[in-house]
Amino acid sequence: MSFDLKDGRIVIVGASLAGLRAAETLREKGFTGSLTLVGEEPELPYDRPPLSKAVLLGRAGAEDCGLPGRRSLDAHWRLGVRATGLDPEARRLLLADGEQLPYDRLLIATGTRARPWPNPEEAALDGVLTLRTSQDAARLARLLDARPHRVLVVGAGFTGSEIASACRERGLDVTVVERGRAPLIGALGGTVGAWAIRLQRAHGVDLRCGVTVTALLGRNGRLSGAELSDGSRIDAEVAVVCLGAVRNTEWLADSGLAAGPRGVACDAGCRVFTMYGIVTDDVFVAGDVARFPHPLFEYQLIALEHWGNAIAQAEVAAHNMVSPGPRRRPHLAVPSFWSSQFGLNIKSVGVPTFSDQVILAQGSPGERRLVAVYGYRGRITAAVTVDRAKWLEHYRHLIETAAPFPPGPGAADHLAGQEPVPSDVPDPRVLSHGPTVALTGHLPDWRLTLLRPAG
Amino acid sequence: MSTDTLFRRITDYANRPDPYPLYAELREHGVARQEDGAFLVGTYDEITALLHDPRVSSDVRNRDDAEELLAGEDPAAPRSFIALDDPEHDRLRRLAMRRFGPPHTPGRIDALRQDITAIAEDLARGLGEKQHIDIVDDFAFPLPVAVICRLLGVPGEDVPQVHEWADAVVAGLDFSPEEEPAERRRTALQARQAMGVYLGELARTRRERPTGDLLSQLANEDGPDGRLTDGELMSTATLLLIAGHETTVNLITNGVLTLGRHPEALQRLCDDPELMPRAVEELLRFEPPVQFLPQRTPLADIEVAGVTVPKGAPLILVLASGNRDPLRFPEPDRFRPDREDNQHLGFGSGVHSCFGAPLARLETQIALTVLLRRLGSWRLLADPPEYRRSPVLRGPRHLPVERGGGVS
Repeated sequence: MSFDLKDGRIVIVGASLAGLRAAETLREKGFTGSLTLVGEEPELPYDRPPLSKAVLLGRAGAEDCGLPGRRSLDAHWRLGVRATGLDPEARRLLLADGEQLPYDRLLIATGTRARPWPNPEEAALDGVLTLRTSQDAARLARLLDARPHRVLVVGAGFTGSEIASACRERGLDVTVVERGRAPLIGALGGTVGAWAIRLQRAHGVDLRCGVTVTALLGRNGRLSGAELSDGSRIDAEVAVVCLGAVRNTEWLADSGLAAGPRGVACDAGCRVFTMYGIVTDDVFVAGDVARFPHPLFEYQLIALEHWGNAIAQAEVAAHNMVSPGPRRRPHLAVPSFWSSQFGLNIKSVGVPTFSDQVILAQGSPGERRLVAVYGYRGRITAAVTVDRAKWLEHYRHLIETAAPFPPGPGAADHLAGQEPVPSDVPDPRVLSHGPTVALTGHLPDWRLTLLRPAG
Repeated sequence: MSTDTLFRRITDYANRPDPYPLYAELREHGVARQEDGAFLVGTYDEITALLHDPRVSSDVRNRDDAEELLAGEDPAAPRSFIALDDPEHDRLRRLAMRRFGPPHTPGRIDALRQDITAIAEDLARGLGEKQHIDIVDDFAFPLPVAVICRLLGVPGEDVPQVHEWADAVVAGLDFSPEEEPAERRRTALQARQAMGVYLGELARTRRERPTGDLLSQLANEDGPDGRLTDGELMSTATLLLIAGHETTVNLITNGVLTLGRHPEALQRLCDDPELMPRAVEELLRFEPPVQFLPQRTPLADIEVAGVTVPKGAPLILVLASGNRDPLRFPEPDRFRPDREDNQHLGFGSGVHSCFGAPLARLETQIALTVLLRRLGSWRLLADPPEYRRSPVLRGPRHLPVERGGGVS
């Protein structure tokens, strides 16, 4: 390339974790050109994990979760305005206020938003909300402060389960309704999900699995309860809709890029593909909205809604945006995430849903301290720990080296008699919530995306 | 020389001042089997993998030579969590951690900041205008001892006795064959038992009349994981007292020694005390107070860098060698107080990673900051200084310095 990669105009669309870390990395790598961050939310970048944990327990204010800056950015911030379109030929980003931002290189980091309750009238009832933004969290914390008689959580993925945990810790009655057979089943499979059922019930959660909410009921504009598919009815003053996330890609509909409901497809170096599968060299993507090929998972495109992935991928994307071809790096990080709920620390490496079997490798479920190891066709593909996070490093290495499944004998705290059992990963379509890891596939019968030209 | 004598040479007291060339020799040969069947590992990646491997035991009862090692010990006596595996290790460590750090007591160490600073200032003031100072006896030793005794609640008048026991226990970690190892182990065992009995007594009085210290809290703990038995309380308190005693002394002393050898780094720290936390991390890499972990053993045959280490064989992880591995750290033999990406093995890693690390860090940061400010200009009087015997907890026995004449 003839022009100077350390100079020029870079625009980052999305001013959350991935956008901020990419901006910092660009400066760290010596980018001296103009840098603009566009964000739909009015706030400076903030951290989302505490919003479903410490904020709901009153230990931190929703407004206190700002992400610390690692360095000064010398950037233009365009906050409170959303991107509405992209003209890749003219290299212009279109904003909702009519402005057009020219760029030399673009990073897409628009992330996801909460999937709304499908019935808009019911969704508008006072007391019905989703949890994604700091404003959502502030509102939910206020509602919990008012000590409602019962909270309804729709969907028992990680967000729903963490909210239920916070409610119980605050002594509030909570009903969790999940269409799948168990909480967390979409991320961890049915075997570990069965353990999560016992965990939630032991903490006093009114857990209803295999059931859906058919209607949210209102009285004078306020939520009063819900009807369930099994014919039962519950009273509730607050309903938190936790149906997973929707990727913010609609604004790219006419861009000609490979963007759709499953995310924005890119190569291992975070360069975005066009809809014909041809790689661009000036549009990059990182964070929740990206779907990228991963060699550990048979090069299927995967999309990860993980805090750690947002950082790692943003750093790789930023590095590649200012580096010539041979110096570019692939994004190969082994996926990992954590959750804290019901007093436990749950952590994962690899992709548990990319599995056919699981074994309890260490610890015991009774003590609520365990390591579950997942395998796919005889190799280790994931591990999940409960209050045993320090062992993860070992399993990460086994995943990276495609070590045989089940792991060999010898762990000091291996419970005798444990054998591999089916991991029981359900079809994502039977869940209330979208999966936080989406294997978006290269097999044609898997999660096919249909292209529908807009207009 | 043959690598199967490496461990003998490393533990030879003559090599105490500079074991690093031996560590380089170890790294060159990968995993080194010793003449007695032990395996020595000194490369960063291999050590890290073994520290995180659930098949590697910290309990010497799993070693083939356990009978000989444990001669004279009561097999039913409770062991401290440093010498146990999960799930027992995890349960005991968790019970102790409830009152020491996050998630249940996140502010404990930070709350000691003022106390530690006051003790350090006191000791530094005590140096007065003395021309010749022994960093060990005058400063580095009394500071951590005062801090750990205050934290645990050991009364001041008992501190000398406690120190005598701790010294004997550490002497038991000397591997040099020229003296009677069995005799030393016996003395160490007796000291550990005496210390346990003493702390047990103290805990009993605290159980009746709690005084707000860690020992009182451990004795009266009633969390979801239950309470430590009397035996477990004795072994846990003994462990904390010894570990909190003997390692930080060496870290502080090694710090002064290293800065005396690197005047430009010393000058940078005097000009910019904000650099101290990073300098302490570099110190933990460059001159770690725990040089190797001598008590591990595999619970199954495991492969390390192409060598099979059989189940039950002694497995010695040389942390100080991993810290100098050029494959992990650029220019590993240079002391760089502003080193980036410094994930050293000074506190080990994995489930047994140093329990007291946050305390050791804070103490050393404060100790060196206060000392450098009070000393003015100074220089080392003996280089290398006289070392303690232990090759594991390696550090100078005395470190004489003279004021004036050096850098300030």
